[in-house]
Amino acid sequence: MDHHATTPVLPEVLDAMLPFLKEDFGNASSTTHLYGKRASDAVEAARRHVADLFSASPSEIVFTSGATESDNLAIRGAARAARAKGDHIVTCAIEHEAVLETCHELESEGFRVTRLPVDRHGWVDPESVLRALTPRTILVSIHAANNEIGTIEPIADIGRIARERGLLFHTDAAQAAGRIPLDVEAMSVDLLAMSAHKMYGPKGVGALYVRKRTPLEAQVHGGGQEKKRRSGTLNVPGIVGLGKAAEVAMRDMTGESARLAALRDDLWRRISSSIEGVTMNGHPVHRLPNNLNVTVKHAEGEAMLMALRDAAALSTGSACASGAMRGSYVLRALGVAEDDAHSALRFGLGRSNTAEQIETIAGRLQRAVARLRALSPFHEGAEARGGATRVV
Amino acid sequence: MSSSYADYGEIVLDHYENPRNVGEFEQPDAVALVGNPACGDQMKMSLRIRDGVVEEARFKAFGCGAAIAASSMTTTLIRGMKLEDLEKITNRTVAEALGGLPPAKLHCSVLAEEAIREALADYRRRAPGRLAAPDRSRVPMGPGSTDQTGAERK
Ligand code: FES
Repeated sequence: MDHHATTPVLPEVLDAMLPFLKEDFGNASSTTHLYGKRASDAVEAARRHVADLFSASPSEIVFTSGATESDNLAIRGAARAARAKGDHIVTCAIEHEAVLETCHELESEGFRVTRLPVDRHGWVDPESVLRALTPRTILVSIHAANNEIGTIEPIADIGRIARERGLLFHTDAAQAAGRIPLDVEAMSVDLLAMSAHKMYGPKGVGALYVRKRTPLEAQVHGGGQEKKRRSGTLNVPGIVGLGKAAEVAMRDMTGESARLAALRDDLWRRISSSIEGVTMNGHPVHRLPNNLNVTVKHAEGEAMLMALRDAAALSTGSACASGAMRGSYVLRALGVAEDDAHSALRFGLGRSNTAEQIETIAGRLQRAVARLRALSPFHEGAEARGGATRVV
Repeated sequence: MSSSYADYGEIVLDHYENPRNVGEFEQPDAVALVGNPACGDQMKMSLRIRDGVVEEARFKAFGCGAAIAASSMTTTLIRGMKLEDLEKITNRTVAEALGGLPPAKLHCSVLAEEAIREALADYRRRAPGRLAAPDRSRVPMGPGSTDQTGAERK
């Protein structure tokens, strides 16, 4: 149930990849011979499938090593290419590090970055984007959906604002791609980053959608592959896997998303009815169909994970390593109290999850929480005072 | 979103799942409530002391699996122990009794050590003169005490 972190490769994706690891090992750039031609045909077929997922055209797809590289290429590449026009970038506080770190690095090159706050549901108000714009703004980067709390951002509205002012709009769609419909035209997106391994494809491959005529400075130089936007010998088996994953995602999205949303809602219903003091983090409506993020008061996150360890792989809102809390900046940006961040659990449902599993997990969690609360000096203190404040 | 419980050994898992001596006393001879401000974990230790010996020890804890296991292990270690020997227990003693802790989790056993120190101090406060002056030399937290704040795409 940690499908936000990664997903397993589907059998049909693996089957599609295998020939390109065995007999069809050609270099997609060497189209003078048969091996190369086969490889390049397969790459182009994959390009079409990826493009279809976003209603884009194949020539607008650049293959990369994953969403992290795609985000880097999009933000740094677009910012540097537009340097003459301006130096201001607008993003939000709960973006993935691939976006936040790249923006941070651009600041050292003299760019200015506005990191918009989000509301308590993790939602970026399009109005706040509008207010943040200056005559020097060149790029807006807001993710399509958040990986921790599942909130889906109003990117069509934000895209419209950017387009009306002639600004580039980038979206990190690593979590959203293949899970919710994304249409780069309808959403006025100029750059969109995605990874194969978040949608049942292989790791180490992804793509960046680049709208035609978008100025973009290459970040990886060399053989001039991918129309000089990203050099490097193409990862043919990976790209074929990505293409297949995109094709399958497109085919199954409606049914699978509805199935996962129903399971997720069932999980929430079971948890919230059997355990006292649980709250949902993230947007109540605009959220990924497979995401549930909860705070369970007076039960520590890692201890809960441990109790569920053979029933489900999950992750917590924060874990403590060596006495230093790795707090979740996402939960903090929502205004979740520090104490409650220690008690957050994230469920990322996926293809392998079933109704029986949901039942098992809800039951296990209920027992674990009861046990942990019985152990906890906080809970007892909170009960005694009839409040939730912590005993120090 | 990360966790580090995957490296726990059998003893840790056992004490996490079946914690020993949970609870407290109506009239304890010593109580300590200590916390790790960095991770928010807390441990409460209550002792019943007779003739300079820990007759019984109980705990309550809010924290990760290692913190719970360390608290539980500590209560078993110190039962029947003379108060002067209590001073010698360090987080290393606790971690070793648990069959070791992953480096990132060593600090959780420090909570147990601190609880013992605090409980002793509390005992002295309650009954001045019953115990010799404390040994103030502190044991360092060990290699697990450095910050590890890496972030991964998850
Ligand atoms: S994680 Fe902080 S005490 Fe265990």
